Amino acid sequence: MGRLSVNLCGIELDNPVIPASGTFGYGYEFAEIYDINILGTFSFKGTTKDPRFGNPTPRIAECTSGMINAVGLQNPGVEKVISEELPRLKKCFNKPVMANVSGFSVPDYAYTCEKLDKEEQVGWLEVNVSCPNVHGGGMSFGTDPKAAAEVVKAVKAVTTKPVIVKLSPNVTDIVAIAKACEDAGADGISLINTMLGMRIDLKTKKPVIANKMGGFSGPAIFPVAVRMVYQVASAVKVPVVGMGGVATAEDVVEMMLAGATAVEVGAANLVDPCACRDIIADLPRVMDKYGIKSLSEIIGAARTSR
Amino acid sequence: MKQVILTILENTHLTETVMKMRLGGDVSDITSPGQFINLKLDGLYLRRPISVCDKDDESVTIIYKVVGHGTEKMQGMTEGETIDTLVGLGNGYDTSVSGERPLLLGGGVGVPPLYMLAKKLISEGKKVSVVLGFNTKDEIFYENEFKAIGANVTVTTADGSYGVRGFVTNAMTEDYTHVYTCGPEPMLKAVYKATKTSGQFSFEERMGCGLGACMGCSCKTITGYKRICKDGPVMMKEEILWED
Repeated sequence: MGRLSVNLCGIELDNPVIPASGTFGYGYEFAEIYDINILGTFSFKGTTKDPRFGNPTPRIAECTSGMINAVGLQNPGVEKVISEELPRLKKCFNKPVMANVSGFSVPDYAYTCEKLDKEEQVGWLEVNVSCPNVHGGGMSFGTDPKAAAEVVKAVKAVTTKPVIVKLSPNVTDIVAIAKACEDAGADGISLINTMLGMRIDLKTKKPVIANKMGGFSGPAIFPVAVRMVYQVASAVKVPVVGMGGVATAEDVVEMMLAGATAVEVGAANLVDPCACRDIIADLPRVMDKYGIKSLSEIIGAARTSR
Repeated sequence: MKQVILTILENTHLTETVMKMRLGGDVSDITSPGQFINLKLDGLYLRRPISVCDKDDESVTIIYKVVGHGTEKMQGMTEGETIDTLVGLGNGYDTSVSGERPLLLGGGVGVPPLYMLAKKLISEGKKVSVVLGFNTKDEIFYENEFKAIGANVTVTTADGSYGVRGFVTNAMTEDYTHVYTCGPEPMLKAVYKATKTSGQFSFEERMGCGLGACMGCSCKTITGYKRICKDGPVMMKEEILWED
């Protein structure tokens, strides 16, 4: 085990850095820029049962230290992901990949997860119960402990691989939802998805984004993410994957101190395509600077050291 | 695609609101006219995509209109300052299908990418006609630059203050083999309707990454969903699907 390696739900990662779903496609765009096999793993574009175009454009808005997106789960649907995207991904990535899944009903989630669970290269299923962009869609599952638990139970019943549930921060009590997912059999919790946000154009006096609202991400939300990771990691026994505004190796260490076993990097990939490569390269320097011998030793250290 | 640090060699006004910036550095990944570069500016989160107007071995020229925070920031930058830039993004125009007499139609800041395109077509021995459309005389730029490379140039102004009164479609010649265009969407639609041959249309959209990763700038086409940043910005006329 290297000093950067961590164990996520029984699978060893060379390092805890994971590009987050929706910011890394199915990997091959980035494989043109650097060897993506240096990553711990990556979470591929959110996949649904049926193909989706997503929301009308504009889907993107600039914010102070961040951005809003309302892509709306554009993806080719699980059949095409398996027949076209995964074979392409296999050519540039030889590690287990995290399959990110969204749905609009409990059977939807189960259907898509069951299919992806059978794919050899899928290491984990990351079940997104938190996408805020789809009207009457995923949001409702992630904001209600019972609904979230129902999704987890249905997915666990038809899958064999570790199921990590990705939670929304747009809730009153994130801990209650995380615990409900854990009780329902979740093998891990990842958080936070984007925060619901909005921008208005002063010239047109209308929302910048066609969908009006969207998911706010980027360094601006990092402190909220650290807080929620800390709260959830303190309350559950399963591993937590921290994300939300992570942009530097220092941020990765901070997330791990809060209780994250691994750390996803999202918006940073869109601004700096080499962000994850650079973060991984910088981790040893940051660890040396703060006297950290091995990353796996610091998971949740902020909780026990005071 | 390559991530490079470029140095500003020139940043000057072409009109009151349109600026020309020349950036020096490794621009070798820009391979086709119609591609764009993506600039990271201090204090702004997302990069700003700007189309390539011209390039040589050591520099790239972009032309931008000052319309928002990003372009205001760019306007205030001076020679010697550096910009972290992704170069060589997007597909660009295909000159192999132009025929002998291509017609290039540009509107406002849709004009710049046609300059490098015209140079390439002329170097391939083609007889290039260019129609440059502006709102009014004071907004005209690059008329002489296009003439200097040997293009047959017509300028239109919406208010009739210079050249042909009206829009670029009012100055379309009859005898062309292929259309290349870039400009605001209403103009693209009008050109699409008026075009009798095949053609290539360059689109714009608010982008997240500019790399094809985020699906922020998707559009529907006859041949399926496309990302304007990666599969475009240039679309073939035959594949365009106008919404609404």
